[in-house]
Amino acid sequence: MMKSLFASTTALAVTLASVTTAFAECTNDTWNRIMSEGKITIGVKPDYKPWGFIDENGNLVGMEVDMAQEIADTLGVELELIATIGANRIPFLETGKIDMILATMSDRQDRREASGIALPNYYTSGTNIMAPKALGLTNWEDLRGKPVCGKQGAFYNKKATEAYGAELIAFGGAAEGKQALRDRKCVGFLSDDSSIVVDLQSGDWDDFEMPLPTEDDNPWALAVPLDEQACVFGRFMSGMQYNWLQSGRLIELEAIWGIQPSAFLVDQKERFKDWLE
Amino acid sequence: MQEFFRELAETYPQMNFVFFYDPVQWQRVVDGFWMTVRLAVICIVFSVIIGVIGAFIQTSRIWALRLISQGYIQFFRNTPPMVQLLFFYFALGPYTPSYSPDGWLEVPIISNVGWAVISLSFFAGAFNVEIFRAGLESVPDSTSEAAEALGFNKLQIYSYITLPLAFRASLPALNANLINLAKTTTQAMVIAVPELFYQLVQIMSDFTTAQYPSMILMFVIYVGLVGLLASGMRVWERAMKIPGYGG
Repeated sequence: MMKSLFASTTALAVTLASVTTAFAECTNDTWNRIMSEGKITIGVKPDYKPWGFIDENGNLVGMEVDMAQEIADTLGVELELIATIGANRIPFLETGKIDMILATMSDRQDRREASGIALPNYYTSGTNIMAPKALGLTNWEDLRGKPVCGKQGAFYNKKATEAYGAELIAFGGAAEGKQALRDRKCVGFLSDDSSIVVDLQSGDWDDFEMPLPTEDDNPWALAVPLDEQACVFGRFMSGMQYNWLQSGRLIELEAIWGIQPSAFLVDQKERFKDWLE
Repeated sequence: MQEFFRELAETYPQMNFVFFYDPVQWQRVVDGFWMTVRLAVICIVFSVIIGVIGAFIQTSRIWALRLISQGYIQFFRNTPPMVQLLFFYFALGPYTPSYSPDGWLEVPIISNVGWAVISLSFFAGAFNVEIFRAGLESVPDSTSEAAEALGFNKLQIYSYITLPLAFRASLPALNANLINLAKTTTQAMVIAVPELFYQLVQIMSDFTTAQYPSMILMFVIYVGLVGLLASGMRVWERAMKIPGYGG
């Protein structure tokens, strides 16, 4: 029984591996389909104000949605947006439900193995919690053994539970997690610092603060299908990102969406400065 | 065994069966498995009890009772279980009694697991009421008339005569509903009940390379669990069969 299980697992593994070894040459399948159909499908966050969220009219809007529109405009194709959450964005990309991910994704080693992350990184954020001022939390160890709300699919969940012993209650999206914090089901909401700052500024969270030292500053990345990372699609996205950073366009978008100016974007603008300017 | 899966993960990165060699992840799978089993068993028991009581109320002569029972059935049958879970946990949850260990937290008496049990039991219970009612209608009137003539009261007729007969007629439909209920427990994930599906989704997002293995494991476990339930119910169905009565 065990032996046949081994045999079948190995057989399955071999089949899957042979499917993925084909990425040595560029077939540009996704790219060609986008161009021939005249439409690109981009996965964005529906619950991550102001990067990707649903406005009063039910439309997906936000900074990353604007970026997605610029990608489509540059390609000269129509834009279709698909809402994704942390736990399903890479499977969506792998199965072809979306052509690329532009959904506040932190750039991690294991994600580079599963999706075609195109550099340079366009944004960055660290991990922190939003917690009521009344509790007066000051460091990460304060979370040990306490219920902390979060969202499924975030890479920092692992560290919060394993290193700091927080009892994570992970919901499908940020909206449910924050509601649970408001309902006092947990002592804090685990998220990235940039989105917490936006929430705190919104005026809806006056009795809350971001009390801990920010940890694991981690750049964000967009991703194309893995086998097109070193092909036209991936190279094109690298160019888009270089241009966004070099021209200061992302700094403008930050201002439009009321995000606190991030030092990262200023540094990147300096880094990519044109030597003739 | 652990070595095999560790090597498999190194050779084929997409086949990282992380839970077979990392004790932390294995513990998550085990915890999730037992939570799923507990949730399913408790909900099945409660939903059958609700069905039995509801079907009795349906036969009541008091119209107000029948109306309440009808309202309950319509409410739970006509709304998706996921919406019910979210509604109970987020909308009703804050109005239930709670205690506060540190001045901020409000730990409700009814936890998210509690709400999942309530919501799923009532959801499946609504179907069970209708299933038992159909079973009761298959019992000939003359049977209960005969019992009445022998001096049984209404409750006695229901519990000793009509329900045992109706139960047999209801079993096939009941099986289908309970199997559905066992599968619906996965939806408790939306209120962060740490059952098997929740745990495996966490593993999937912590280890991107464990996506296929997690899905395979999930598939195998659910097929096994539901298969066990289905065959158990079939055995019960056969054991309860009265020769010459019904199919």
